[in-house]
Amino acid sequence: MIPLLGLIAGIVLGLVLEPTIPQALQPYLPIAIVAAMDALFGAFRAYLEGTFTDRVFVVSFVSNVLIAASIVYVGDQIGVGSQLSTGVVVVLGIRIFTNAAAIRRALLHA
Amino acid sequence: MPDQPAASGARRLWSAFLHPGRGQLVAAVILFVVGMAGVMQIRINASDDTYTTARREDLISLLDGLGAESRRLEGEIGELERTRAGLQSGADSRRLARENAEKRREEVSILAGTAQAEGPGIRMRISDPNYRVSYGVLLDAIGELRDAGAEVIELNDTVRVVASTWFGTDASGDLLVDGERVTRPITIEAIGDSHSLEEGARFRGGIVSEIEGPKIGGQVSIEPLARVVVESLHVIADNQYARPASAAPTPR
Repeated sequence: MIPLLGLIAGIVLGLVLEPTIPQALQPYLPIAIVAAMDALFGAFRAYLEGTFTDRVFVVSFVSNVLIAASIVYVGDQIGVGSQLSTGVVVVLGIRIFTNAAAIRRALLHA
Repeated sequence: MPDQPAASGARRLWSAFLHPGRGQLVAAVILFVVGMAGVMQIRINASDDTYTTARREDLISLLDGLGAESRRLEGEIGELERTRAGLQSGADSRRLARENAEKRREEVSILAGTAQAEGPGIRMRISDPNYRVSYGVLLDAIGELRDAGAEVIELNDTVRVVASTWFGTDASGDLLVDGERVTRPITIEAIGDSHSLEEGARFRGGIVSEIEGPKIGGQVSIEPLARVVVESLHVIADNQYARPASAAPTPR
């Protein structure tokens, strides 16, 4: 319940306040969001399976976001930024699908 | 056993709705951040994705195209400004020529007697009780005034004296000027320097002494005026035979 409220509050505040992030960080925002989605799905799955720990959740969320962003950053520095970001998105997408399948099994028995 | 975690998962979710814990608070904070970031990214993506995704070569060619276009337009601006300057100077010189021609037309029409004129001058009144002033004497008087610098001369407020004015007598011996009978007393109005006009008429042996002499026995009064208005006009008949030898010069 409270996480849903948090999500809605974030969306509403983002729409109302129109926050901006520095220009230098803008290329890494999309990949960070994908990484955050992966962490969220993983946390939800762990919660449904009874293995959820908030400390692990926070640490995995932050590290996922930072690692994804830094991979893209390094890729940008060595000239393969777009390829590396594609790779990161593919990997995170696979993980998201896996987590979504586990969640589906836990909730719908299917 | 396989559906044991599933059943407990659903139950856990249900109880979480009813009894929120510390973990949910953490999840709420993180979801808040993710929601905000997502909105930000969507906004960035929607606002300016025209050039951010363009490759460097595309941007360079785009810039080249814009530079060439702006150079071309600058050249066009220069061309049009030169044209405008040319047209302006042409209009100015045409206006100047028209002003000159207008001024000249005024001068010439005063000379030809087709325009009214005013200015300082004299009024000469010749009383001629014996009707002895002949056309020769009148012509002498006009000639004296012309010599003294009269620019416009009018006779009896009716006849404008111009280059083609003629003096004569009709069959009964009455004095005629331009076909008009001259009544006595004769009034001559002349525009010019009033002092020299008066002197020109009065000098010894001049027109005044001739008229006032015993042969004619008239009287002459000369009145200098600050403003003489000549309203009579000379009607010009169109030339029947004479034409300008060359085309009139175009005012330029």
